Amino acid sequence: TVCTVPSALTGSALFFAAQRCIRALKTVQAEHAPPQHYTWRRNCSSAVMPRITSHYTIFPRDKDPRWEGVEMERFADEADVVIVGGGPAGLSAAIRLKQLAKEQEKELRVCLVEKASQIGAHTLSGACLEPSALNELFPDWKERGAPLNTPVTEDLFSILTEKYRIPVPMLPGLPMNNHGNYIVRLGHFVHWLGEQAEELGVEIYPGYAAAEVLFHEDGSVKGIATNDVGIAKDGSPKDVFERGMELHAKVTLFGEGCHGHLAKQLYRQFNLRENCEPQTYAIGLKELWVIDEKKWRPGRVEHSVGWPLNRNTYGGSFLYHLNEGEPLVALGFVVGLDYTNPYLSPFREFQRWKHHPFVAKTLEGGDRIAYGARALNEGGYQCLPKVTFPGGMLIGCSPGFMNVPKIKGTHTAMKSGMLAAEAIFPKVTAEDPASETAGLHIPEYEDNLKKSWIWKELYAVRNIRPSFHNYFGLYGGMVYTGVFYWILRGKEPWTLKHAGLDSAQLKPAKECTPIEYPKPDGKLSFDLLSSVALSGTNHEGDQPPHLTLKDDSIPVANNLAIYDGPEQRFCPAGVYEYVPLETGEGMRLQINAQNCVHCKTCDIKDPSQNINWVVPEGSGGPAYNGL
Amino acid sequence: MSRVLVGVKRVIDYAVKIRVKPDQSGVVTDGVKHSMNPFCEIAVEEAVKLKEKKFIKEVVAVSCGPSQVTETIRTALAMGCDRGIHVEVSGKDYEAMGPLQISKIFAALAKKEEASLVILGKQAIDDDCNQTGQMTAALLDWPQGTFASEVTIDGETVKVVREIDGGLETIKISMPAVLTADLRLNTPRYATLPNIMKAKKKKIANMKPADLGVDMVSRVEVLRVDEPPTRLAGVKVETVDDLVAKLKANGTI
Repeated sequence: TVCTVPSALTGSALFFAAQRCIRALKTVQAEHAPPQHYTWRRNCSSAVMPRITSHYTIFPRDKDPRWEGVEMERFADEADVVIVGGGPAGLSAAIRLKQLAKEQEKELRVCLVEKASQIGAHTLSGACLEPSALNELFPDWKERGAPLNTPVTEDLFSILTEKYRIPVPMLPGLPMNNHGNYIVRLGHFVHWLGEQAEELGVEIYPGYAAAEVLFHEDGSVKGIATNDVGIAKDGSPKDVFERGMELHAKVTLFGEGCHGHLAKQLYRQFNLRENCEPQTYAIGLKELWVIDEKKWRPGRVEHSVGWPLNRNTYGGSFLYHLNEGEPLVALGFVVGLDYTNPYLSPFREFQRWKHHPFVAKTLEGGDRIAYGARALNEGGYQCLPKVTFPGGMLIGCSPGFMNVPKIKGTHTAMKSGMLAAEAIFPKVTAEDPASETAGLHIPEYEDNLKKSWIWKELYAVRNIRPSFHNYFGLYGGMVYTGVFYWILRGKEPWTLKHAGLDSAQLKPAKECTPIEYPKPDGKLSFDLLSSVALSGTNHEGDQPPHLTLKDDSIPVANNLAIYDGPEQRFCPAGVYEYVPLETGEGMRLQINAQNCVHCKTCDIKDPSQNINWVVPEGSGGPAYNGL
Repeated sequence: MSRVLVGVKRVIDYAVKIRVKPDQSGVVTDGVKHSMNPFCEIAVEEAVKLKEKKFIKEVVAVSCGPSQVTETIRTALAMGCDRGIHVEVSGKDYEAMGPLQISKIFAALAKKEEASLVILGKQAIDDDCNQTGQMTAALLDWPQGTFASEVTIDGETVKVVREIDGGLETIKISMPAVLTADLRLNTPRYATLPNIMKAKKKKIANMKPADLGVDMVSRVEVLRVDEPPTRLAGVKVETVDDLVAKLKANGTI
């Protein structure tokens, strides 16, 4: 077996890592027999595949002899409401609950857990914020110092070809018209929301990830348990092992953002997706640049579609000029994860887009200071699951309220959190909750959603994204938007369907052409590893990889063999690498879990659906600052 | 039974890419992820271990800086310290603060709290000074056991195994003493959530350097901070003559 050596390595850590490698080697050869179907073309069938996955969600500890006698009892605490996730939805829900408690002079204990080391450190978005939900939450947000410093002054939309740009007029009424909105650094905005929440008395615990959902005997949600700490890379307990803590609540809100790992479990557990389409996603990559002052146009919003993507690959770019003192621009690239060519690399498309003359002229002479990536929802109305279940509810981008053509999801995420709080409050403060289950089931939240502007908004734009699934691709979609949305406002009586699961869209590699990407020039475009370094991401090296595989043999047997290992290309952090086996012929998958930026793309796009992203030890992950 | 002072410093997290401020007066710290200096974590762990072994009675965590350092003190409290002291320093004083000022503060506190041991990390990962422990010992006229990789208390003396260039050196010093923690001293425990919750109830006293009679004036003025020069790509030459010609051309010979 091979231990991937983390970069921040010291003498003693190396010694212990070596010790564990030796121990693991002894166990691997005994228990791991090469799988029978692993005889594919050149791959040597007698090679012993080193074990990749050691996480207890795949190898339960109650059957693991190394865990015999280890104290597994957990400390538990009670709150009225527990919120998973310190993003716009979770914080808005917490704030709204405490506002109601103050208004009605009732006591309410609200606890919020967040896997990032500080609120805002895992937040990434464009972003053009529509202040509608914020105006409702804090009408005095300006006096409170909310960091909305850049009103949108100019709105440009272009179709790019390799060398040229076709301007598209931004008519009022088109969904991405940004009049009245603000360009924000969402990480800073979320940090500010966190401060407001703490002032109102919300207990916020950054650095602690919710790792497990807890259930009452009657099957309703009882709360969550935070992650265990001190498990070694091979899955055995270390001296510093400690169990996570249980937080019990009358109702638990799950606001994990796009494709949350606990939400994934809850969908299965409570069958929440039986009447909706599977969610479809995109990956968004973003950088922050300090540019030449002469090129800086604060308040300017630029969007483009077209080059470098072909007309059948959904995606586009954004470039926003911030107004916060220094000449800062936020720019990025979004690629729909329903793309079909396994040779496509969203990261490299982003890097080469920056060389387009229209973009390069803004960035020339500038310095890149930040990088990050995150998956986002594209499904909209058709993909909304049931959002309430006994003991809990889903808020924000987790169920997915993003308005895709508007390219905004923060306002709807915040509103969903607020609606959840308003539905919960009377129930958790009532003398007698009159609930059939121990965890409260509050379907009023879903009713409130359906009556709110979130629903109207999502309904009106429901057909825009699916309209791209036609022969003309992008251009068909734009025609559809122009005719049906701009003129009819989404009142057409039909609802188009999406194409199905993103992971099922890839064509086998032999049916596709590899894409020739240009080498990064180090001034406008950069290589992957230096970009990952800029995200500030890090994890405790000696822990089981949190990118777990249900079956360790599938990556080489399926992903590499049929699709040429698309995970090496769609991961924006270089987590997945196919490297030659030490013992000669054949390849193995190497997972560099420390690089992970928690974007969730692998869990979404893996054609074998073999990768299950689970939460690593709390406070691991990126260290975004105002992204 | 005795009391131990442990110093904890809030520094930019080691995995974050540092950026120099546009005015070159320092590095960007606003909104950047900070955490407890790794060597301070080891110092806290050692102090808590000594308390668990009943060699000492109370562990006091001390940090100097603006209001944000209370988070770092809370982490130390969650790891097992009994109470905290926040010495408030902000603004220009904080930017100019260095080992000399810190060691004066610690010397004053060690006397005030009647500490038998002051345990610090060997150095901070932001300035890499490796001076505070030594200066504190000198100001107190106490023995020092620096770069400790093993600490054993035996009555009124401490046996310290030190990591030095030649290998390991074992010394015996009398208490009160100053120790600085090196990497292999221990593996710090995690600050778990129940302990963080309990730590919220522990006391953190607030004071200013002036209350301790310490003058924060710095004798060092930072003129400019620059990024390290980017490493230039190497150039390959075909023959020795080419090499000599290139070296002559760029003035090296």
